[in-house]
Amino acid sequence: MTHEAATQSAETIQLDARGLNCPMPIVRTAQAIKTLTTGQLLEVLATDPGSVADFAAWSRSTGNEIVSSSVEGGVYRFVLRRK
Amino acid sequence: MTVPTVDKPPAGPGIDREMLGFLESAVSEAPAEELETQPSTETQAEAPVKQLVIINWSGEFDKVLPTLIMSSAAAASGYRAKVFLTFWGLLPFVKNSRRITGDNWMQRMLSFMQRPGINHLKMSKMNFLGMGPWMIGKLSKKYNVASPAELLEACQALDVEFLPCQMTMEMFGLKAEDMIDGLGEPVGAATVLELMTQPNTASLFI
Repeated sequence: MTHEAATQSAETIQLDARGLNCPMPIVRTAQAIKTLTTGQLLEVLATDPGSVADFAAWSRSTGNEIVSSSVEGGVYRFVLRRK
Repeated sequence: MTVPTVDKPPAGPGIDREMLGFLESAVSEAPAEELETQPSTETQAEAPVKQLVIINWSGEFDKVLPTLIMSSAAAASGYRAKVFLTFWGLLPFVKNSRRITGDNWMQRMLSFMQRPGINHLKMSKMNFLGMGPWMIGKLSKKYNVASPAELLEACQALDVEFLPCQMTMEMFGLKAEDMIDGLGEPVGAATVLELMTQPNTASLFI
C-alpha cells in the first residue's frame, strides 16, 4: 500500500523504445529504471513483438512489477513499477 | 498468499524439518499482513545472484553479436554478467584505431590478416570478401538491430565485466594500451572455471 502513495507523489517516467530490436528495449528499460525511486512508475513503448515475453521474464528476474501491459496498433505499452 | 509460502518453503540446504515445522505453524498462526512481507524478504536475502559466464572464443560478427546480446540482456535483467575473451574472441576488443599490433612479424601479420576492433568484424560464413558483412549491415540497419559497437557500449554501461585471456594477450602481442577502455585485468582458465562452477550460473562457449 505504501507503493501507491509513492506513485501518486512521483511522476511516471516515459521511455520510447519503439523501433528498437532485441535486446535494446530491455537494456534501455534497465538503464531508465535505475534513475527512478522505489515505487515510481516507468511507461515503456515498444514495437518488438518479442518484448511481450521478454518484459515478463525481465520482471520475474529483476522483481520490478508489470503494473499493466497492452497493445494498440502494433505498439506495446508496459507500465512498470520500480522495486 | 498463505498457500505458496506453506507449500513451498525456502528449501535451502540450511533449513531442517524442525525449522520447517516451526515456520509452518508460525505462518498459519500469524495475521495475514505479516505473511506477505516476512517470508519473501527472507528468501530474497538467501537467493544468490544469478550469473551468466560466456567464453567468447570467436571473433566473427555472427558470434560476437549473440555474446553481446546475451550478456547485455543478462546485465539488464539483474544478472552478474562476465565475458572471458580468448583467442579470436579477444580481437574485437582491441581499439578500432589499432591497425597493426604485436611485436614480431608473425603477430603483425596476424593482425594484418584479421583486422582487430569491434567495427571490423567478418562473418563466419558467407563473408565473400566483405559482401556478407555489407549485406548483414544493411539488413541490421533496416530492421533496427543494434550494431556490435552499440551493444558493446550497452554492455559496458550495464557493468558487464570483460576479462581478457592473459595467454592470448601474450600470444598476439597485445598490450593493455591496445585494448578498449574498461576491460578487467587479464585472467586465466582457473579463474574462468571458478566463475563457471559458482551457484546459479549459466555458462556458454561461443
